[in-house]
Amino acid sequence: MTMRKYLVFIMALLLAVMFLGTESIAADKKEAKQSGTVSSANIFNRLLKKEKMRNAAPAEDGIHDVANDGTHVLQPPLIAYEGLPNSDFGNYVDWVKSLDDGLLKPRYDRFDPKVEPLVMDLDIVREVKASVPDVVFPHKPHTQWLHCSNCHPKIFIPQRKANVINMSAILLGQKCGVCHGKVSFPITTKSCKKCHSKEKPKDWKPPQSEASLKTPWR
Amino acid sequence: MFRSAMIGLLGVIAVLVMPQPVKAEYADVVINNYADAAGMRPVVFPHWYHRIRFRCKVCHADLGFAFKAGGNKITMAKIIDGQFCGACHNGEISWSVENCGMCHSGIPGTPTSIHGSTVQRLVAPTYKALDEKEKAQKK
Repeated sequence: MTMRKYLVFIMALLLAVMFLGTESIAADKKEAKQSGTVSSANIFNRLLKKEKMRNAAPAEDGIHDVANDGTHVLQPPLIAYEGLPNSDFGNYVDWVKSLDDGLLKPRYDRFDPKVEPLVMDLDIVREVKASVPDVVFPHKPHTQWLHCSNCHPKIFIPQRKANVINMSAILLGQKCGVCHGKVSFPITTKSCKKCHSKEKPKDWKPPQSEASLKTPWR
Repeated sequence: MFRSAMIGLLGVIAVLVMPQPVKAEYADVVINNYADAAGMRPVVFPHWYHRIRFRCKVCHADLGFAFKAGGNKITMAKIIDGQFCGACHNGEISWSVENCGMCHSGIPGTPTSIHGSTVQRLVAPTYKALDEKEKAQKK
């Protein structure tokens, strides 16, 4: 008796899925007809995730409550981003470039719009053990936005070789990851080269451990 | 038989009606330290809007906001007192606190989070939304 019930249950599930499947195929056909002569089966990388909606307005972004009146008063990001240079990640806006180009004039002081930031132009090169390009840390764009005290000495000790930085720490929200990956540009496969930007010298070889140097089978 | 068929159908419908992923702007912060328990909508803080007008330094150095979502124990009393958001949202630099719905605009029950955060994707969330029992206890 119970076996039969289970069977019927599974049958119903299968039927429902099949019904839904045919429905979605029907929808695909419709789209194909609308878009012209090319089959919708030929979409490049059709199994990859569809590109998500960029810069949604507050009412459509999934975290604002639509039932709240204030939500509809808020500015949609796309209006604010008009004319700003694009990037491939984060807000899809290149904030540093927009500041450099003078497209944005954010205040450095809460009250006085004339206060100029204390900019320090000093690049720090960090050699990377792995074969990826070395990291160049530019102080300039950082000091344009931030104050020295934001990073020093709590996050980064202002001393050579005093900071141990690695990608796992960054991905877990330490060191550079305090901001990068949360607010400033995110850590994606598209953004590696923003930091890892200095090519290794041509004669570079990966560092080897004592053990691997001594092994007789090399 | 009819009942089991109905259950099967309901299962499929439930899968379809599951909440959709959020498409919020990168670095939008939902702050829900006290809001849910106080019967208010959680606060949504748009980083993008503020960074067009102010450099990071203004809030994170001058006003003392920690670099951590939910890490600043912000209350309305502190804001009215001129701390945190209240340093600007006082009717002088920006609109003042009577516009409740413009900050408290999140979907009720949304946990404290930064949208698009790598850390959040990799590390298990420390925040747990209050269930009905806990809510009643807090009240």
